Amino acid sequence: MSEAAILPTRRDEAWRYSDTDALAGVDLGNWRAVDVAPGETVRETLVIEDENGNADGTRLTRLRVSIGKGARYELFGVIASAHLGRVEVEVTLAEGAHFEMGGITVGGRDTVREFVTRVVHAQPHATSNQVVRSVHWGQGTGNFLGNIEVVRHAQKTDAAQSFKGLLLEKGASVNAVPQLEIFADDVKCAHGASVGQMDENARFYMAARGLSPELSRRLLVQAFIGDALVALDDEGEHERLLQVALDKLDKHL
Amino acid sequence: MLKIENLTAEIDGKTILNGLSLKVAAGEVHAIMGPNGAGKSTLSYVLGGRPGYEVTGGSVTFRGQDLLGLEPHERAAAGLFLGFQYPVEIPGVSNVQFLREALNAQRKARGEEALSGGEFLRLAKDKAGLLGLDMDMLKRNVNVGFSGGEKKRAEMVQMGILDPAFAVLDETDSGLDIDALRVVGEGINAIMRAPDKAVLLITHYQRLLDVVKPDRVSILSKGRIVKTGGPELALRLENEGYDAVMAEPA
Repeated sequence: MSEAAILPTRRDEAWRYSDTDALAGVDLGNWRAVDVAPGETVRETLVIEDENGNADGTRLTRLRVSIGKGARYELFGVIASAHLGRVEVEVTLAEGAHFEMGGITVGGRDTVREFVTRVVHAQPHATSNQVVRSVHWGQGTGNFLGNIEVVRHAQKTDAAQSFKGLLLEKGASVNAVPQLEIFADDVKCAHGASVGQMDENARFYMAARGLSPELSRRLLVQAFIGDALVALDDEGEHERLLQVALDKLDKHL
Repeated sequence: MLKIENLTAEIDGKTILNGLSLKVAAGEVHAIMGPNGAGKSTLSYVLGGRPGYEVTGGSVTFRGQDLLGLEPHERAAAGLFLGFQYPVEIPGVSNVQFLREALNAQRKARGEEALSGGEFLRLAKDKAGLLGLDMDMLKRNVNVGFSGGEKKRAEMVQMGILDPAFAVLDETDSGLDIDALRVVGEGINAIMRAPDKAVLLITHYQRLLDVVKPDRVSILSKGRIVKTGGPELALRLENEGYDAVMAEPA
C-alpha cells in the first residue's frame, strides 16, 4: 500500500480539523486489526497520556475492527497527550453485533485531540453507541468525526452517536462532524452534538458550599466526561481513565 | 456576629443596595421583610459574594473579619451559609459526593481533619432524617429532578451537614406547602437555634415566622433598612401592609 506516502490534507474530510503538519514522518499505513469472534465480547481501554513528561509529538492510533455475529466490542479511550493525538477506528458489524465506544479528549495549548470513527452496519440487527466528551482550554481543539454507514439490507440497525464539548477558556474549540449514510429503510440512527461552557450558576452554588474554583471545576468536568464512561463496567478502569483526564486538567490549567 | 455598615452595591451599573446598615447578634434570628424589588435577594448574594454583584461602598464585618475581602468559598469556610431561593441543579454530581467534598474542603480550610466516607454518611443520614428526606434522595444528583419542596428540604439538609455559624436564608419558604413549611421551619430551629449561631431570614410571609420565631424583624425598602423592631413588626406588616407601616416615622 502506498498509503503512507501520500500525506492527507485538510481537504480530506477525515482530516478536516486535524493538524496535518504534524503528520510528516508518521506511518499512515499502520492499522491494527481486531477481530472479535462470533458471540465473543472484547473490551479495550486506550490511554494517550504523557510519556516521560512529554506531551508533544504525534500519536496516531488506528484500529480496524471486525465484530462477528452476535459479538460485542467495547472501546473506551482518553486522549490527554500529544500535539496531535488521534484515535481512528473503522468498525464493521456483522449481524446482531454491538459496538460500544466512550471517548474523552482533553487538552490545552495548541494541541489537537480527536476521535475519528467509521462504523459500518454491514448486516441486519446490529447496534452501535458512541459517546464522546471533549474538554479544552487555551487554543486546544477537540474533534469527533463520526461516520455511520448502514448498508441496504442492514435492517433493524440501531446506531447512536453523542458528542458534547466543554470549552473552559476563550480560544479553545471543538468540532463535531456526524455523517450518517443510511441505505436501509427500517433503522434507528440518532446523533446529537452540543458545545457549551461551565455553568457559572452551578459554580457559585458550589462556592457557597465551600468548594474552591479549582474543586468545583474538577467536579463539573468529572460529571461532564463521566457520560463517556457510563458503559464501562469495570470500576478500576473507570477510575483510571477518569484520573488521566482530570490530572491533565489539574496540571495544566 | 454580623455587622453591615452603609453598604452600597450595584448590578450592571444599577444601584440596588443604597446605604444598608444592619447588625445581627449571636443567638439571634433576624427576619428581613420587604416589598418586591427592595434588594432582599441582592443582599443575600452580596453577602455570599456572587460574581456580578459589585460592592461600591460600605463594609461587612463577620465575626470580626472583613467578609467582603473573602472569596465565596472562603466565606463558607468562615461559617457563612447561603440558602438559595432557587437551588441549582448539578447533573452528574451526587449530593453525597458534593456535600462530602464541600464539608471536607471547609474543614481543611479551618485546619480540621477530613471526615471519612463512613463518618460522613452517618452525619448525612442523621441530618436527612431531621428534614424527613430519604437517604436515596441524597444519592441522586444535586437537585436534579427534585420538586420545589424537595430542593428546599435538601438545602436545609446541606445546612445541617455543613453546620454553619451564620445562615442567610433567601425565601426558603417559597414553594413549600404547609406541612413542608413546618418541617423546614423546625429544621432551621434545630440546626441554627444556638447561642453561638445566628440567622438572617429573608421572607415575604408571616407563616414561616410562626414556626421560626424571629427575635428581630427589619424592613428593607429601596436598598436600605427603614425600620427594625421585634416580632410584632412582622405581624403588623401582615395585617396592615408595607405602605402603612413604613409611612410611620422610624
